[in-house]
Amino acid sequence: MKSFLAWLLTASIAVWFAPPASAALSVFATVPEWGALAQELGGDAVKVYTATNALQDPHHVEAKPSLIARTRGADLVVATGAELEIGWLPLVLQQAGNPKVQPGKPGYFEAAAFVTLLDKPVRLDRADGDVHAAGDPHIQTDARNIARIAPQLSARLAQLDPENAAMYQSRLKSFSERWNAAIANWEKQAAPLKGVTIVVQHKAFTYLIAWIGLKEVATLEPKPGVEPTTSHLSDVLSTLQRTPAKMVLRAAYQSDRASQWIAERAKINAVTLPFTVGGDAQAKDLYSLFDDTIARLLAGAR
Amino acid sequence: MRSHCIRACSALALALVLPATSFAATDAELADIRDQIRLLKENYEARIQALEQRLKQAEARPAGSAPASVAQPSVAASAQEPPAVASAPAAAGIAAFNPAISAVLQGTYANLSQDPKTYALSGFAPSGDIAPGKRGFSLGESELAISANVDDRFFGNLIVSLTPENTVSVEEAYGLYTGAGNGLAPKFGRFFSGLGYLNDQHQHVWDFVDAPLVYQAFLGGQYDVDGLQLKWIAPTEQFLEFGGELGSGEGFPGTSLNKNGVGSGIAYVHTGGDIGDSSSWRAGLSYLQTRARDRDYAQADVFGSLAQVGFSGSSKLAVADFVWKYAPNGNARQTNFKLQAEYFWRRESGDFTYDRDAQFGPARTSAYSARQNGLYVQGVYQFMPAWRIGARYDWLDPGQVDYGANAAYLATPPFHPQRSTLMLDWTPSEFSRVRLQFAQAKLREGITDNEFFLQYILTLGAHGAHKY
Repeated sequence: MKSFLAWLLTASIAVWFAPPASAALSVFATVPEWGALAQELGGDAVKVYTATNALQDPHHVEAKPSLIARTRGADLVVATGAELEIGWLPLVLQQAGNPKVQPGKPGYFEAAAFVTLLDKPVRLDRADGDVHAAGDPHIQTDARNIARIAPQLSARLAQLDPENAAMYQSRLKSFSERWNAAIANWEKQAAPLKGVTIVVQHKAFTYLIAWIGLKEVATLEPKPGVEPTTSHLSDVLSTLQRTPAKMVLRAAYQSDRASQWIAERAKINAVTLPFTVGGDAQAKDLYSLFDDTIARLLAGAR
Repeated sequence: MRSHCIRACSALALALVLPATSFAATDAELADIRDQIRLLKENYEARIQALEQRLKQAEARPAGSAPASVAQPSVAASAQEPPAVASAPAAAGIAAFNPAISAVLQGTYANLSQDPKTYALSGFAPSGDIAPGKRGFSLGESELAISANVDDRFFGNLIVSLTPENTVSVEEAYGLYTGAGNGLAPKFGRFFSGLGYLNDQHQHVWDFVDAPLVYQAFLGGQYDVDGLQLKWIAPTEQFLEFGGELGSGEGFPGTSLNKNGVGSGIAYVHTGGDIGDSSSWRAGLSYLQTRARDRDYAQADVFGSLAQVGFSGSSKLAVADFVWKYAPNGNARQTNFKLQAEYFWRRESGDFTYDRDAQFGPARTSAYSARQNGLYVQGVYQFMPAWRIGARYDWLDPGQVDYGANAAYLATPPFHPQRSTLMLDWTPSEFSRVRLQFAQAKLREGITDNEFFLQYILTLGAHGAHKY
């Protein structure tokens, strides 16, 4: 028992001698798009750690030891919110022992709070599948949402790191100018996509569809988050005979089986979109993410 | 008194009847009034229905209803005014501060070739309620969990287990001090100890129906602490967690000591991280020290008779745990694999009492020391979405037991209890699971128990996060 108490004492002393946080603001981003945005806005003043990669299903993430360790040292947690991270982030935040990044504190940023969420369920019932009470959380698929979130995230960086406030301000200005020009360009490129009918595997592209005016006619998942079943796919096939679609969309992290099945039988194109930064070889940053997304859609609609 | 009451009552009755008779209306007038009331009612019902309709329509529209972003997708982003503040609606009313509530429902069908009432691990002291439950259909433990932030400094969690025998037990009831910072998370109350890997996970998230044999033999299933816990996460990129716990020490292998101070001490260290995108791991070392006083039970002696024996002394347990998880690119949705192993080593020393109905004279107490160990290894593979198969191997070593002067009456047979288990489960969503399990257990010399289980686990209510 004595040795145990001695150990406890050593541990508590060690707390006081914990090394100070490094100079750069440490940002923990739950998904690649916010990691990329924080890097755009923070430059060298931030050190970004991204918890997941584009090939991971963001709904199925575990509270891994590495995530707890990274949250422990974070100055800012940037999450999507709208329950996207509900399966792991609350546990990581609770175990990390870092009061700075708890919800409600300046060190906790939820992107979904600054955009208008679509597809808010009228009825909250798990019988309807993996529904998100606040609305669809896949907000990054509309480039205009990035434009709405950027000033908020920039202001948060400046609040946490006031010494560099002017730098964050000027980086935001430069980013917004380039980003708005890029949006105008993407919208021009995407003009032929307006009204093009599509099928989606998971309801992951609601914002993209609303932005460029695609028309979703069917979903391969019978209910959000529920694996496509043969009977439901047959239903989709008969729907497509009545209302044909140009292509079937899936995110890079999803299995291609269901969309290939439909594509072969309905004789339509199967298009894999990067979904977020790193989803394919072309989507290296936020700009190329949308360049590539629009290019793939245009190719699929041909 | 009574006549007084009767008089008062009749007076009241008279008073009630009188106005009715004096203002008696004609039948025609009555019908007219009834019609008016009916009309009024119909009128209001129609208006309420219309209001409800409008409410539904309003709710169906997305919050803020941003018609611009839907109808005119080509508007430039700069022209759009982003909402300046968080648009999350704040629930109002008396229920707004309700905590997160969830319930777990479980049940099994068991087919056991041996009577579960005779369940025992050869060479190990009975540790509590570890038998595989009833034969045939039985309800498992139902769990009720309530948790919320208490205020800006505390988080509270209550997990109550409702047993099929209609009793209630508090599995966990703890407070967490959230304001400590510096990687510290002090916990107090009743909680599952953080020692080993599986100990602090609730039974409904286990990969098999029952606990590994080492947990049954060395901890009586799971080690619950009534006391304090202090965990510290080191400020390093590599996950490094130190934990210490002080408790009452009442749970097996300890007993209630009825004394002031601390009955059990636990220390552990866990570390872990990622290997590339696809793998993650965690490993740990734990140490538990506690005391038992008159830990009495029945044990067969060398003559084959059941004797009353008891242990008083110190119990020290060391645990090494390891878990490795693999998912291609870290995407666990399609396929994933989990390998998990734990090794337990225990040393007990003190006094041992042997008592056989006074046939051999009074109870004999002598020195006692025992070194025992055991391990389990298990692997679970999700071969397609929703479907997993798993295998587990359990092994116990009753080790060297020195009964001192009682060695003339007591001996531990050199038999190693072991068990092999296979399982298949179906998890249609995060909230439901149906499991088939088959185990062949050789826990006592010459006795094989073939155990078959069919189990369901349903979770409803608040979306809980799962531990690694």
